Amino acid sequence: MLGWEFPPVITGGLGMACYGLTKAMAHLGVHITFVLPKLSAGESTGHVRKTSTQGEIKIEELSKFENVTFRTIASTLKPYVSAGSKSASQRRKENLIAVWRYRGSKEFNNYGENIYQEVYRYAAKAAEIASVENFDIVHAHDWMTFPAGLTIAKASAKPLIVHIHSTEFDRSGEHVNQTIYDIEREGMHKANKVIAVSNYTKSIIVSRYGISPEKVEVVYNAIEPNNHSDSQLGQSLPDKTERVVLFLGRLTMQKGPEYFLAAAKKVLEKVENVKFIMVGTGDMMHRAIEMAAWMGIGHKVLFTGFLQGADVSKIYRMADIYVMPSVSEPFGIASLEALSHQVPVLISKHSGAAEVLTHALKVDFWDINQMANKIIAVLKHGALKTSLQENGYREISKFRWEDSAAKVINIYEQTLALSPYPAEKGSF
Amino acid sequence: MASVCFYFQVHQPYRLRNYTIFDEDAVYFDGLKNEQVCKKVSEKCYMPSNLLLLDLIHKYAGRFKIAFSITGVLLEQLQRYAPHVLSTFKMLSDTGCVEFLGETYYHSLSSLYSQEEFFKQVEIHRRTIQSVFGLMPRIFRNTELIYNNHLATLIERIGGFDAILAEGADHILGYRSPNFIYRPPNTNKLKLLLKNYRLSDDIAFRFSNRNWSEWPVTADKFASWINAAGNSQSVVNLFLDYETLGEHQWQDTGIFEFMRHLPDEILKNPANDFKTPSEVVASYSSVDVVDVPYTVSWADIERDLSAWMGNRMQENALNELYKLEEKVKKANDKGVIDDWRKLQTSDHFYYMCTKYFADGDVHKYFNPYDSPYDAYINFMNVLDNLSSRCRSTITHQYRDRHIVPNENKEPAHNLQVPQESCEELYK
Repeated sequence: MLGWEFPPVITGGLGMACYGLTKAMAHLGVHITFVLPKLSAGESTGHVRKTSTQGEIKIEELSKFENVTFRTIASTLKPYVSAGSKSASQRRKENLIAVWRYRGSKEFNNYGENIYQEVYRYAAKAAEIASVENFDIVHAHDWMTFPAGLTIAKASAKPLIVHIHSTEFDRSGEHVNQTIYDIEREGMHKANKVIAVSNYTKSIIVSRYGISPEKVEVVYNAIEPNNHSDSQLGQSLPDKTERVVLFLGRLTMQKGPEYFLAAAKKVLEKVENVKFIMVGTGDMMHRAIEMAAWMGIGHKVLFTGFLQGADVSKIYRMADIYVMPSVSEPFGIASLEALSHQVPVLISKHSGAAEVLTHALKVDFWDINQMANKIIAVLKHGALKTSLQENGYREISKFRWEDSAAKVINIYEQTLALSPYPAEKGSF
Repeated sequence: MASVCFYFQVHQPYRLRNYTIFDEDAVYFDGLKNEQVCKKVSEKCYMPSNLLLLDLIHKYAGRFKIAFSITGVLLEQLQRYAPHVLSTFKMLSDTGCVEFLGETYYHSLSSLYSQEEFFKQVEIHRRTIQSVFGLMPRIFRNTELIYNNHLATLIERIGGFDAILAEGADHILGYRSPNFIYRPPNTNKLKLLLKNYRLSDDIAFRFSNRNWSEWPVTADKFASWINAAGNSQSVVNLFLDYETLGEHQWQDTGIFEFMRHLPDEILKNPANDFKTPSEVVASYSSVDVVDVPYTVSWADIERDLSAWMGNRMQENALNELYKLEEKVKKANDKGVIDDWRKLQTSDHFYYMCTKYFADGDVHKYFNPYDSPYDAYINFMNVLDNLSSRCRSTITHQYRDRHIVPNENKEPAHNLQVPQESCEELYK
């Protein structure tokens, strides 16, 4: 398996999905070699630790990962660059040039420096690792690993599965980065199978990348069963009467932070004691802060920056409602996380999660009026909030990584059955 | 062999428009959608069914009989959007083979929440039916066949009714057959007609189900089940939504052909006949008391109130709605009272049902909402506005001292029936 990020070093759903899926597949007896960019020392916290200097890491919770070997490639790679890592002058310049226009496509500034060099260096190193590993199938997660996947599949004559957690159209709207699009397209076309995280994403793959629908399988994301004890529930702001509306995601065009703020403004016309918390970072962070100030609601909107681990749980427990106003969301794993913390969710209709969640409020991301209307309803009517909490919490128990893993294994088996190089059963 | 008693429920609600917390006008209902639905159902169901039943009544010259219960809110909409359908209902009424039943004008759950309001709505409906069809309802059926002992005592207190229709649910009948007449406890004259849910649902739900072992149901097969249903004292109560004909069961299922041939097949056995509910009551005496301390209805497999009052949102919406009663009546504003009553229509709460929602059985027919949550949010926004209208009307009255609130004044309603003189209805 070729991945880009893995807990605890994650920036979003991709890492969570790789973690959940790998763990469940290993549990079902699949042997996995997981190749990913090397963690820097300061980042290896939590239950992952380095055990040797050869770039191999092992997981302490061995029972869960007994069939997984992690192989890392030293790299400066990070999938996304946070707002804070840019210089102040660079930020100022950007803000002056285009305050509301998304301009990531030309300057690649959604990603780290020299992203392509890194992607191809990763491919070369991954191929080296692959040459000494035993495997039957190559599974690549998102475009950064596709060149590696293609190289390895070709060299080893093994089938390739590409797994689409997001497409360039999700991330950049119509202003796609042609280079990335070409990499995605080539990966999907040359792969034996494409896995999409939702039908929503499948439809983009079919219509925008020209892939035949029969080649694309949908495997939904899932969520780890949670173990939050009741005593942890019910965090609140210092002022306990204050209600909390939560945004949690990268502050990028894709996630629709400006729609969240516009809805916040409308909510405040009707409800006073409410705060809007925006968790996450991204290239729109500074503009979002300015927008809040400009609309005169700066004192009602709190920006926390990027949070992880216990802080995320804490913020969920403060929230009265989680809003995911994404312009385009392949799945939206955070909405499942919110529900696992018994937080009612209001999600964009342009999301994979909207396909599978019934006990969620849904809205068109551009429909500020409805978004505010529904937020207010949850803040105002206890009966609505409780119903969404209880039914939503019950509903997410359907989303088990074991089921997703079983589906992926099934796809492997079908692929291998059609492949000219049959594999021994049970060892991927 | 048995008497067959057909009763069709005819109802469409006033669906709400998309109403957000930011809306401030008092236009709550979606005129366009209600018109579309009314016209569509008229075309697919009401009109062809009425014409078919008229044919049958003429053909069998008094031997084929049926009953309708038509809600006031539907009569208003037919008047407005499909007056030709209303004319055919009148033609049916003129044959003398059709009985019209009494219910709440607004198809409401008021029997469970406000006795005063329930009495009023039954009365408004009774006068409307009399004015439109010239017939006084003698048989009562409550919204969605909601029934319990208490309802029977309320109906006895209202007076003028000989019987009540209810669901022949197993849990109230036990081993007893629904094919006899029963009576409620602690009442003097009232009788109970209980729905034979097996035979009714064979038509209403299973008719087009190809996985059902009895599919396809033909008129002669169904008649053979009627023949097997009992003795000379038996009555088979077939209680159906009228929309079963042509809407729930589409024309291509053969439902109209089935209905066309059914009287012939049933009447082939000279011991069978068709009776209206009033004729049933006059012909047969009650055999036993049926005690119904807990409420039953004809909805879903549970046959209880859970379709309208089964979750927190539904309970909350209903409580808030009926909490407004005093304020609404104090406001004494025709528009406010009428809107408040239209909000009582049970469908609004049915749309909020979460029972089967996740399984895809969206609760379901002509449901204007994507989810029960949307239904609740929309309803509560409207209610919020209605509540503020009460406040402003009351304040207004207080300023103009010469306007004295008159709680006894009968609210006029909107049904206007042409050609007939029905002025007395609105007094």
